Amino acid sequence: MSGTPPVLEARGLCKNFPGVRALADVSLELHAGRLLALLGENGAGKSTLMSILAGVTRADVGDVLVAGQSVHFSSTREAREHGVVAIFQELSLAGNLTVAENIFLGREPRTRWGAIDYTAMNANAQVLLERLGVGIPARTVVSALRVSQQQIVEIARALSTEARVLIMDEPTSALAQREIDSLLRLIGELKRAGVAIVYITHKFEELAGIADDVVIMRDGAVVATRPFAELTHAEIVRLMVGREMLPFAVQTNRATGDEALRVEGVSLPHPSRVGDYIVNNVSLQVARGEVVGLFGLVGAGRTELLETIFGVHRKSARGQVWVAGKRIEGHTASAISAGLALAPEDRKHDGLVLGLGARENAGLASTRAWSRCGFLSPREEERRLGPLFEQLRLKVRSPDPAVLNLSGGNQQKVVLAKWLATEPEVLLLDEPTRGIDVMARNEIYALIHMLAGRGLGILLASSELPEVLAVCHRVIVMCEGCCTGEFARGDATAELLMQAALPRTLARQA
Amino acid sequence: MKGFSFASIARFQSLLALAVLMLALSLASDHFLTAENGVNILRQISVNLCLSIGLTLVILSGGIDLSVGAVLALAGAVAAGLLKTGIDLPMWNLHLDLTVAGAVMVGVGVGMVAGLVNGLMVTRLLIPSFVATLAMMSVARGLTQLWTGGHPISRLGAAFGFIGTGSFLAIPLPVWIVVVLCGIALVICHRTPFGRHLYAVGGSERAARLTGLNVDSIRVVVYVAGGALSGLAGILVTARLDSAQPNAGLGYELDAIAAVVIGGTSLSGGRGSVAGTALGCLLIGVLSNGLTLLDVSPFWQQIVKGAVIAVAVALDRRNSRQERLS
Repeated sequence: MSGTPPVLEARGLCKNFPGVRALADVSLELHAGRLLALLGENGAGKSTLMSILAGVTRADVGDVLVAGQSVHFSSTREAREHGVVAIFQELSLAGNLTVAENIFLGREPRTRWGAIDYTAMNANAQVLLERLGVGIPARTVVSALRVSQQQIVEIARALSTEARVLIMDEPTSALAQREIDSLLRLIGELKRAGVAIVYITHKFEELAGIADDVVIMRDGAVVATRPFAELTHAEIVRLMVGREMLPFAVQTNRATGDEALRVEGVSLPHPSRVGDYIVNNVSLQVARGEVVGLFGLVGAGRTELLETIFGVHRKSARGQVWVAGKRIEGHTASAISAGLALAPEDRKHDGLVLGLGARENAGLASTRAWSRCGFLSPREEERRLGPLFEQLRLKVRSPDPAVLNLSGGNQQKVVLAKWLATEPEVLLLDEPTRGIDVMARNEIYALIHMLAGRGLGILLASSELPEVLAVCHRVIVMCEGCCTGEFARGDATAELLMQAALPRTLARQA
Repeated sequence: MKGFSFASIARFQSLLALAVLMLALSLASDHFLTAENGVNILRQISVNLCLSIGLTLVILSGGIDLSVGAVLALAGAVAAGLLKTGIDLPMWNLHLDLTVAGAVMVGVGVGMVAGLVNGLMVTRLLIPSFVATLAMMSVARGLTQLWTGGHPISRLGAAFGFIGTGSFLAIPLPVWIVVVLCGIALVICHRTPFGRHLYAVGGSERAARLTGLNVDSIRVVVYVAGGALSGLAGILVTARLDSAQPNAGLGYELDAIAAVVIGGTSLSGGRGSVAGTALGCLLIGVLSNGLTLLDVSPFWQQIVKGAVIAVAVALDRRNSRQERLS
């Protein structure tokens, strides 16, 4: 690496959580104006490393040096004072405040009298936002923004602190392509301005053109530190998983079963804008053994469609849903007993109870069914969940670790185990591989096909083109609440899907 | 069992604190470590424990119940009043006299109705539990005054009094009752689907809903259970004093909350245990008993109790922060 002293250096960091060794002797160096891509499977320790550098948690052993000085951050604020800023996947914005108020929270410009100088604050915020190439008005209340826009506000806030070290955890996971492009452009600018960047991602294609160095982690340890130019894609993947890996091979189309799911005329009105629909008159079918993709950009209404099918919005929604020929009426519980299951997009908050254990979570949807005379039966639980955990290759160390302490990939497996335990007919999967690494991703794809092979119907909502193209027998495209296209496996191409997914006005420009 | 292991650190702390406290008090006072005093402490904490068990369930579900003390007074007063006068049913030209068992059922029933109203206010009217039960507290206090006319209802008979003053194998009856209730609550929390669902609702209401759990009915059930236990506590107090006082249970909700949080149950729900609450009650009971034996003024006792609450929760928070991952 370059001869200049590092801006930030980590030496021999170790961290243990109950039942989990999160970091083992991790060292790395960050240099001004260079971007370090931090890669690794979920659970490899990237997030833990990031939290230590950003002052969220402390290492059990080891040192962090900023500009050669040993530091011990006990809060993100302290890290920020040393110029180290992190942008987490979970956004940390106050929804009730405006964009400008969020950006300058705790550092508001003051007038002579000590009051907040709103004129200056809004103007400064607007300048920052324009630098990011987005047209978000600085006075907008954050809760009115889409998730992708909120992410940009978060980035703007990090930039406003004149950070010397910027750590980004999958910053593009909720962004549309246009927004990704402007973010990558901005990263280039930041590098030229001398900012050292740590970039955590699972999308390798983003790294070309921005990455200088690569650190690859596995099982809490660093397995490779190399210049990006020296590594090929295949090598990176091999280092991440510790062995050569075949790309996921899709099985042939054998979706000829009976109807598993039929949705007719489902609509969900917008909660506040009268006459506007989040889901607009959607009809679709999924056969037994079929994997149907539901592709769309952020805000297309995929999540809301799945939730509506699942009975979450039964008070406001319209339309009919049949599962295996049975009409579903009423709420979520009746949808579940009819054989529906939903693995939600936000698995940490909607899919899991973080304080409970892996087994307790996995049993949550079905405990009542296997309890004996109204009591829990640990033996019966083991009999039902044990094989499922094995099937999912869900490795847990202590008897029942809190899911809080599990990696994202393992958390998703717990969600899947929970639903498989109910023996469903139809699985609704909402971004099932978001934030999940290549290895666990392929495991989940294989699992999806195994389940389809057993006769389940699967509706998979995703905003990732390669995913829907690789995994699905058929793809339905949504845009602004409507179905705008349907493609059989052979006919679906990235271009066609994207064209259908873009709003009409945009599509014409493209 | 996650419920156990989560609370274990906090409970270990309270156990340690209890042991140290008991050791210190036995050294400081000759009267502390006697069988008689032990029984005395258990009797003193039994009413608070009865309230605290129900409150623990409510708090585990992510709510709070401020009405327990007021419902205690109302249930005791209604049961005592009906026990004395019987029930007139003019339309059928009937007059029913209540048996002791009937009086107990009336008390528990009054508590259940209050709990049901709390539960419905929280789940149907979407009133935050703090506000809903605050309203119930005021209403129950007012109803108690109306019912009693502001005067105690006394001389309820030996059979009824036995519930509060009787003993079995040298242990007072109220102690037996709450110990059994504790056991039942523990089994429900840790060995039944309902208990697990309760932890899930308190841990993440949205995840519980998306898992198909009937969140609203679980919440109503815990408020009803809390109300029933408040009603029973009202019976215990009334029977012990042989009198239903209009101002019975004043401020008891705060003692109950103190016991729950000292026992390591998180006020944000989903974390804690009835076992911890029992320990918390015991800790408070031993503390105030010991301070009384040492002739410490009641004013200082209040100050000490406040400090104990703050320290216990501070320690608990520190532990849970260490447990939390990035």
